[in-house]
Amino acid sequence: MSPAQTSAKKIGVEKIGPTPVSPPLDARSTALRKVCVDALVSAGRGHLSSALSLIEVLRVLYDDVLRFRADEPMWAGRDRCILSKGHGCLALFTLLADKGFFAKSELETYCQVDSMLGGHPERGKVPGVEASTGALGHGLGIGIGMALAARIQKRDSRVFVITGDGEINEGSIWEGAMCASKHRLDNLTVIVDRNKLQSYGPTIDVQDLEPLTDKWRAFGFAVADVDGHDVNSLRSVLARPLVAGKPTCVIAHTVKGKGIAHIEHDPNWHHKSKVSDDEAAALYAALENA
Amino acid sequence: MRKAATDAIYELAKTDPRIVFIGSDLGAGTMDKFRREMPERFFMEGVSEQNIIGMAAGLAMDGFIPYVNTIATFLTRRCYEQVAVDLCLHNLPVRLIATGGGVVYAPLGPTHLAIEDLAIMRALPNMTVTAPTDAPEARRLVMSTVDLPGPLYVRIAKGGDPVVSRDEDGFQVGKAILLRQPKDVLFVGIGVTVNRCLAAADQLAAQGIGAGVLNMHTLKPLDEAGLLAAAKGVRAIVTVEEHTLMGGLGSAVGDVLLRRLGRAAPDLITLGIPDVFPEKYGSQDALMKHFGLQPTQIAEAAVRVLSAPVGAAA
Repeated sequence: MSPAQTSAKKIGVEKIGPTPVSPPLDARSTALRKVCVDALVSAGRGHLSSALSLIEVLRVLYDDVLRFRADEPMWAGRDRCILSKGHGCLALFTLLADKGFFAKSELETYCQVDSMLGGHPERGKVPGVEASTGALGHGLGIGIGMALAARIQKRDSRVFVITGDGEINEGSIWEGAMCASKHRLDNLTVIVDRNKLQSYGPTIDVQDLEPLTDKWRAFGFAVADVDGHDVNSLRSVLARPLVAGKPTCVIAHTVKGKGIAHIEHDPNWHHKSKVSDDEAAALYAALENA
Repeated sequence: MRKAATDAIYELAKTDPRIVFIGSDLGAGTMDKFRREMPERFFMEGVSEQNIIGMAAGLAMDGFIPYVNTIATFLTRRCYEQVAVDLCLHNLPVRLIATGGGVVYAPLGPTHLAIEDLAIMRALPNMTVTAPTDAPEARRLVMSTVDLPGPLYVRIAKGGDPVVSRDEDGFQVGKAILLRQPKDVLFVGIGVTVNRCLAAADQLAAQGIGAGVLNMHTLKPLDEAGLLAAAKGVRAIVTVEEHTLMGGLGSAVGDVLLRRLGRAAPDLITLGIPDVFPEKYGSQDALMKHFGLQPTQIAEAAVRVLSAPVGAAA
């Protein structure tokens, strides 16, 4: 399938609702995207567009918010970051390699038989990965356990759980939301990657989530809506819990496939296998123009 | 039996700050002493088994040893993926204390029966699967679990079950206990079927048939050496389980006999629940009788296999 054919099946923006008018991507955001594309092309497969919507969220977390020691990934005093939407792992692996949790050359082995980097992140295999995810709806419960552990152990660690918007169709997320609020876990922040597309199509068609802000608020969270590609806004909203005594939910409004114009909003790029040479060339060309 | 188990958890928690207790929506007053004395390590989280397992996983990742208690069927079927991924894939020391395994909740119908819990837990890598036979054994089991690596499933019976375990036999996860030496036939039981096996053996003794009883309290890892040693020289083995015949004790024992002894294996009869959702109510005893799992029926099965031509057991 050529890039032109792929884009013919894109979902019109009018169909998925308003998307953020973000500032232009800076050099770091573009460079991180190129690392994702390199890994995708070396494997010939991956959830590229699900990763690209996450780049700024993860970049801000790892550059500006999280406390961690790349050479001591299990340092007890660290903040925890769980990528509950495990299929976005190309972005997480890119940031972890960028921060020195493991060698960047590992990314070239993505999805190969002996690689530590598979199509979903695994704790214990990949330094810096806090939880094995991929089956959706698991990260919040684990994050709640970690947030409670920090409270009992009197650590000031923060716990971040990044979900997809399709992912929060899962009932387990809402069980977790009630639990986090009951325990007043203000050391816990849920970030919803609100790219408005899931595998089959627009979330509004598959399982409408709106009014999403009201839902999280009704479940007892302090909620902020933010442009998920605006680095400055993300820095500001993630710097500290929003309200003492409440868990935080940040709804990061994003674009699936952000930064590569012809795959943005295209559900065919949710998961891609057999990426051809032409498609790879088109990805790189689009990044040049981003 | 549940009280023996939860009392043991309380005792462990008093001296080990890593131990936390998580319940779903248990009976009023359950574990009140724990809640009063160690409130920061006591959690009652409502009817939300998926979240409870995830939460237990997160606590275990940061150094705690969670003991999770709710009704067996809801702790296995409802949150199976959380048990598989959050607990087993991460290989975390979370202990699932499953109340009312088997047909304990007979009058409440098939939604409340856990008749495939052992099989589906056994199928998960890293999971240890146990079913103590009586309250003292449940206590011995729990007291031995603190530093057991990986996740553990403990099927808890109704309570007030006949006490047939003995202090002097001790307890070790993965090590079967030979309660009675066999001669002609060996009964292998798990959970409360062990006391039915002993009663069946008494009946057979009166008929001059030497029946042994092996308490296979740990289904996984199965004590193959203990099984083969106990089976030596017997003509037949009868497994007895309050559980579906698909994937439980009978299946596990059959696998070992076939793999280790081949054609030299003694005849094997597996008693348990066929591939059905039980349609009857009544009591645990009534349902066990319905499925042929009471002492006289167990003894009759042994007589049948012993009187058939060698190799004719079905």
